[in-house]
Amino acid sequence: MNPLFAELQWLPRVPQEFSSRLRALPNSDGPLGNELQSLASSALDLNQLTKLSKVIDKARVNGKSLDPLAPFRLAILSNSTIDLILPALVASAARHGIALDVIQPSYDQVAQEALTPDSKVNSSKPDAVLFALDYRALPLKLCLGDAQASDAVVNGVIGYLQALREGIKANSNALCIFQSFAPPVETLFGSLDRALPGTLRSLIERINCELAEMVLGSGDVLLDVAGLAETVGLSDWHDPQLWNMAKCPFSDQLIPLYADHVARIVAAIRGKSRKVLILDLDNTVWGGVIGDDGLEGIQIAQGDARGEAYLAVQRLALDLRQRGVVLAVCSKNTDEVARRPFEDHPEMLLKLDHIAVFQANWSDKATNIQAIAEELSLGLDAMVFLDDNPAERGLVRTLLPQVAVPELPDEPAFYARTLAAGGYFESVAFASEDLARAGFYQDNAKRANLQKQVGGVEAYLASLDMTITFQPFDATGRARIVQLVNKSNQYNLTTRRYTDPEVAEAEADPAVFTLQVRLADIFGDNGMISVVICRPAEPGVWEIDSWLMSCRVLGRKVEHMVLREILEHARAEGISKLTGVYRPTDRNKLVVDHYAKLGFTKVDEEESGLTRWELFVAGTDPESAPMRIASRGFVGTKENLPA
Amino acid sequence: MDEPQIYAGLAKTFDDVFDDDSIQVTPELSAKDVDGWDSLTHIRLMLSVEKAFKVKFTTSEIGSLKNVGDLVALIKQRC
Repeated sequence: MNPLFAELQWLPRVPQEFSSRLRALPNSDGPLGNELQSLASSALDLNQLTKLSKVIDKARVNGKSLDPLAPFRLAILSNSTIDLILPALVASAARHGIALDVIQPSYDQVAQEALTPDSKVNSSKPDAVLFALDYRALPLKLCLGDAQASDAVVNGVIGYLQALREGIKANSNALCIFQSFAPPVETLFGSLDRALPGTLRSLIERINCELAEMVLGSGDVLLDVAGLAETVGLSDWHDPQLWNMAKCPFSDQLIPLYADHVARIVAAIRGKSRKVLILDLDNTVWGGVIGDDGLEGIQIAQGDARGEAYLAVQRLALDLRQRGVVLAVCSKNTDEVARRPFEDHPEMLLKLDHIAVFQANWSDKATNIQAIAEELSLGLDAMVFLDDNPAERGLVRTLLPQVAVPELPDEPAFYARTLAAGGYFESVAFASEDLARAGFYQDNAKRANLQKQVGGVEAYLASLDMTITFQPFDATGRARIVQLVNKSNQYNLTTRRYTDPEVAEAEADPAVFTLQVRLADIFGDNGMISVVICRPAEPGVWEIDSWLMSCRVLGRKVEHMVLREILEHARAEGISKLTGVYRPTDRNKLVVDHYAKLGFTKVDEEESGLTRWELFVAGTDPESAPMRIASRGFVGTKENLPA
Repeated sequence: MDEPQIYAGLAKTFDDVFDDDSIQVTPELSAKDVDGWDSLTHIRLMLSVEKAFKVKFTTSEIGSLKNVGDLVALIKQRC
């Protein structure tokens, strides 16, 4: 079974504390909706969904408020056993902001319930009725090769469904949700089954077509179960053993998927579909890092295997925009650098005209997403944020839980599919105004200004459980050191490039102080992310020849920790002063204030923008950050390893 | 897989299905001993055991089970 769908891989994995949070829930004061939605928002399996729904049922019985979940009463009419499915529906609805109340009449009483005015379903005044029927509920008589008879069968089925609809409309006036029918796996002739009138496959295909037309014309809603079953594969969808044992209409392993799809439809009916797609840029919309790789270096071209993956993301974004989804950009970049591909790269499908709000700066992404929401005057619960970097996804989920943040696989070729599989923009109708909507937001949007910072970044950093490792240059790290020295453009104070032999020379020279820095966190090992070279200047002084860092770890206070490490070694070596220089290039504006932020004093400024800085070692104690420190391989200092 | 391992795995599965970590998974344990072990939960239990132990049972195997001891014997045959 394809795990993307069977395991809802666009959702984050279930947190370890799921059970304990679930147990704590009944004792908490106040409305439970936010915590329920948060608990529902990971990839729960059937047992976990069942547990969550029990807690919701109990809270309801005890009269607890489920605010801000929106109440929705759904009656389900089915020819199969849906008891296994119902708890999953209730829990999945919470994921989509809905407090679902399910009305379930007796087994296989579809027509009686729809047509009788005071039936359980009609008298409960549901908001909607879901006809959860599968092909076994239909009077499907084989009429092989007989076009006239097969017309009669199709008309008979559609007439039956229409009668059910009219019964509900007359007796409770609820919205009707019909399901398309997943055809069975087994064929009679083989391929001919699709062409020949009167086979099960051709009958069901025609019924699905007619049903879709009936729904589109009537204001009812279609849940495309046939499409869902095709997507996962009919042979995985249908489980004849489970049907025989329990009359369960499809594989138990796909219940979480089906339940999420029902919940999306209900949320869409309640107007809770999301409206804005916020895109990260580097390695999400194009391959590579624009600030480092430049316009020629990013991967976006047709014919390039990686480039095409990112083009697929752009195409999906553009198609979504066409149906009314608003596009925005949130990227850690210098604004003009980030805009360049949109303006000047011939292969880019997305243009600046398509982006309603363009936030490229060096503030944290939660703050930027909030700015985008304010600029568009839309709630955070209307936003979807697509980013390849798990740390950024984690930060946004932690600080802005209302924003949907799909998980992404390692392979960018699957980004577009994963985003689409999440169903964030599910819609039950399409109006001509939708075509104009994205443009409307755009006209009103100006570039949002960032002022207030979202609280809690410190707490988030602590939760990353970071370990920073310092080592002098060595043979093992040399290849990566050379790569960083020659590739880093943005977080690079002097942009001095060194060859492999030159790096080896620095490594061997006892008078030169070198640092290679690695960072690991709960998402994994980021590898080597920073390099520093200090050379002896006048006696007692180290000149910082090179200081560079990967932008991937910006905003983690890594530079502060690096300075602390330099100072410690400087003290041990009897160094009294550090000097540093900022040499401006067209790429490194990001670090113009690097030394000022770290407490250095400016001693000189040239016309070119080059600045010189100094810091006295004695009595300097730069800001520290919540991470464990490992320091090893330095001659003459003792190993410092985290406990 | 030996019996203690199977019982340990079953204890976790029972907790997942019945949401009750106080259930003592013994050979004699059967549906009448556990609150909420109805026919539907039984299906969910069987499906969860199949998933946890990566096995598939036939309909008649499932139909012939009288207690946890039978289930353990069945799992032992397969893993």
